[in-house]
Amino acid sequence: MPRTEFTPSIPSRPVYSGLSSHGSSSALMLAEGEGAEAILDLAAQDAAVMDRAHLIFIPAGTGHGPALRALGAKSYVEVPGFATALDRYRKALADAHMGTRLYVAGSEGMIGQAVAEALAAGLPADAIETEHRGGIARRMQCVHCKGITEGVTTDPFLCAHCGLTLFVRDHYSRRLGAFQGVCVDAETPGDVPAVQEIKP
Amino acid sequence: MITQMLRVAAITPLSSYVTRFRFEHPEGAALPVFSGGAHVVVEMPDGAVLRRNSYSLISDPVDSSGYEIAVRREDAGRGGSRYMHSRLRLGDLLRVTVPVNLFSLDLRAKRHLMIAGGIGITPFLAQLKQIARLHAPFELHYAVRSRDEAAALPLLPDLPQVHLHVSDEGNRMDLGAVLAGQPLGTHVYTCGPEGLIDAVAETAARLGWPKGALHSEAFLSPPPGAPFDVTLARSGRKITVGPHQSLLEALEAAGVQPDWSCRGGACGRCETAVIRCDGHIEHHDHWLNDAEKASQTRIMPCVSRFSGADLALDL
Repeated sequence: MPRTEFTPSIPSRPVYSGLSSHGSSSALMLAEGEGAEAILDLAAQDAAVMDRAHLIFIPAGTGHGPALRALGAKSYVEVPGFATALDRYRKALADAHMGTRLYVAGSEGMIGQAVAEALAAGLPADAIETEHRGGIARRMQCVHCKGITEGVTTDPFLCAHCGLTLFVRDHYSRRLGAFQGVCVDAETPGDVPAVQEIKP
Repeated sequence: MITQMLRVAAITPLSSYVTRFRFEHPEGAALPVFSGGAHVVVEMPDGAVLRRNSYSLISDPVDSSGYEIAVRREDAGRGGSRYMHSRLRLGDLLRVTVPVNLFSLDLRAKRHLMIAGGIGITPFLAQLKQIARLHAPFELHYAVRSRDEAAALPLLPDLPQVHLHVSDEGNRMDLGAVLAGQPLGTHVYTCGPEGLIDAVAETAARLGWPKGALHSEAFLSPPPGAPFDVTLARSGRKITVGPHQSLLEALEAAGVQPDWSCRGGACGRCETAVIRCDGHIEHHDHWLNDAEKASQTRIMPCVSRFSGADLALDL
């Protein structure tokens, strides 16, 4: 699956400009699902990028594991999801030094959470490379109840926590790694526009 | 620039070359507080010439009772530091701008790594006081050629985070060792000679540091050069810039008042559009990027000069 090109939007909306190699710098890599292909492309572009890389892979139903393992990263581990990767990932960030690069590829929800963790750990934004691959489901925060709904593919959608019908905004929180959802029928309750599929 | 007339309240030699000056309000009024890394421009009426030099503030940023600067005497310089050292007396009144900060701490940093070369220690003296209040982790490396050059040593806190490197005593600073293995969230601040700033940038790049974590400040003094003529396009007037005069000073002497702030090629305030350029602009600033410099359509009058047949500015 190729890199996703999103329609240009407001400055708040993250842009994932694709992975490009910083050579054999010490590196953390996090890939999810189709994001594996971005890492494979990166290694094909510059094999040295794997020399000092620690690679964590969340297969998400794909079979890219053996190909990623064969890249010869300094360490390679597969975990079932971001939540299970978190302890390992946080430890890797805590042990990292300035000069470490982070490469993240996969869905928006995973990229958003991984980048938010890295920024909170002190990794500068310009040390982070991101690439979007795979489905375009969004991780949404309800601005009313603050609950997070994962995997949102329609606009509007129902908040999984408070049940309000939320409008999908491009307004994004880097701290939370989530888009903002706002009640769509606050003025005239029940006046809900037709449900559409989210587009890139 | 907003200025205030201040009184010289103390003159304290710190070494053979460096003297500390303290300025206070003549009626004891509180001065605006500042943040670590801020500088003021001191105006020196030196005969027919009005000299203006930028100096980093070294006193406590929240102490509004006065401002302190440390000035190194440059005998081969343009005369500003000589004026400060030889002409200024206790009780004299001088015009001083309000503080401006082009070299502030990045408060998102988890750790501040400061690298000073010689008199480049000055902004860090104020930053250290700010950092002490923030309880932020830090590390300071102070590199000098000889112990005599380490004028600020008595002003530094006696803490294990403060490292003195004296090259003629055989412990020259090893930038690779200083920059390697720094934890995530470290920001680097460098102040000193251009060679040091370049060396930090090169070493950091080699170790994979992203540019956003690097900060530096160097005030340039306007370099001397051959005299040249400039046409002011709006009035059609022609002025001549003398060999030891900056273009900005020549404009001011001619009654033109371009906007300015640092007068050292760092802040960008005096950036001026070039209408015609038949010749070569000698860019000395840190403000314009390489493409802008090559295009010869902008000039920083505070430090840059010109050689050639014709230069017309949008003034």
